[in-house]
Amino acid sequence: MSQPSLSEALRGVIRRDLLLAMRHRSDVAMSVFFVVIVASLFPLGVGPESAVLRMIGPGVLWVTALLACLLSLGRLFTADYLDGVLEQTALIPQPLAVLVVGKVFAHWVISGLPVVLLSPLLGLQFGLSGETLGVLTLSLLLGTPTLSMIGAIGAALTLGLRGSGLLIALLVLPLFVPVLIFGAGAVTSSLAGIGSEANLSLLGACFMLSLAFAPWATAVALRIALE
Amino acid sequence: MFQTVALSGSRGERLLFSNVSVTVKPGTLLAVEGENGSGKTSFLRMLCGLLSPDCGAILWQGENIRQLKELYCAQLTYIGHLNGIKDDLTPVENLKVSASLAGDENSGTIVQKALEAVGLGRSVHLLPTRVLSQGQKRRVALARLWLSTRPLWLLDEPFASLDAAATSYLTQRLQSHLSNGGMVVVATHQEIALPPDSVQHLRLTL
Repeated sequence: MSQPSLSEALRGVIRRDLLLAMRHRSDVAMSVFFVVIVASLFPLGVGPESAVLRMIGPGVLWVTALLACLLSLGRLFTADYLDGVLEQTALIPQPLAVLVVGKVFAHWVISGLPVVLLSPLLGLQFGLSGETLGVLTLSLLLGTPTLSMIGAIGAALTLGLRGSGLLIALLVLPLFVPVLIFGAGAVTSSLAGIGSEANLSLLGACFMLSLAFAPWATAVALRIALE
Repeated sequence: MFQTVALSGSRGERLLFSNVSVTVKPGTLLAVEGENGSGKTSFLRMLCGLLSPDCGAILWQGENIRQLKELYCAQLTYIGHLNGIKDDLTPVENLKVSASLAGDENSGTIVQKALEAVGLGRSVHLLPTRVLSQGQKRRVALARLWLSTRPLWLLDEPFASLDAAATSYLTQRLQSHLSNGGMVVVATHQEIALPPDSVQHLRLTL
């Protein structure tokens, strides 16, 4: 009789998903390009008025990151569900909620982290200054894992349904609102020079809250999808 | 010992089987038979705990698997109707990942030996599984059995799309598992070439 330790199982899940992402580098590149293009469309569309760009910048960049996360959510569990890997994962003798954290972490590394790393560059297009760029990156670093966590619930709930892409958006976007408000708020308040600590703390609280509840809810939804 | 007590299952509104009570002793194989759509797959998924029964209970060593949860999962190897392998990984990578997730040994040599035991030569070890045939993919999934040290095996149509050679490898592997005191539940349409005293048949009907 054999049983993997919790860290072994967690590492196994993460390693497989990252390995698969390496085989599908185009998927990863696509979500990065999506962010770059959408964020670049605004300066082109609104015009080079730097005051206007600076005003809309934080919101636009945050909405872009949010949409990029949403686009990649469909991939989170669907492939595993179709090829039977998900039922094998559910049979690993460790809590499914913890394994879900592993999958969400891998998803964030693939779809969220590139956006975080690119954000200072994108922020420059909106004329954000050095300190504000730092706050933007930090807010995305705290916020995008939260988006992935919350999004996982939607992805699990819509697993195996037809037209699930649109349904995920309807389910998950309202839940993204607090993260969007605090995230964009942190950058805006840094722009206004009133300090972003409050908003960043609230983002951190959102992250902790999602880490506590989302994996558990996702695991329940996955078990229902597998029935 | 593995037992089901008055188990009933249904999919949606349709009752599939009812009142199934069966005991699997160490060293025996239970062959679950029935027509297409008679609920063999649902029965096996129920035995794994992936599906909950309408009524009745599944007992492992006298305890309900609902209570045992992860302890019970550590006792079983399930190979479902779906292979549970990733098309973009090679057979070696697939087997390594699933062995490490099962807590089995997963060094390169052991994994390669398992693949060779199931009749997959070295030429396919490093190809993406996507390019293999159905039968070869099935063999990759079944190679997990050569690494598994768990006592209870639940196999859903393991012989589907296997050729004669692979069928005999698998039968031998089942035989050696049974002689080590293991238990097997197989959903199948085929006769399994094992000594009749170690095989028990269950026909799913209403």
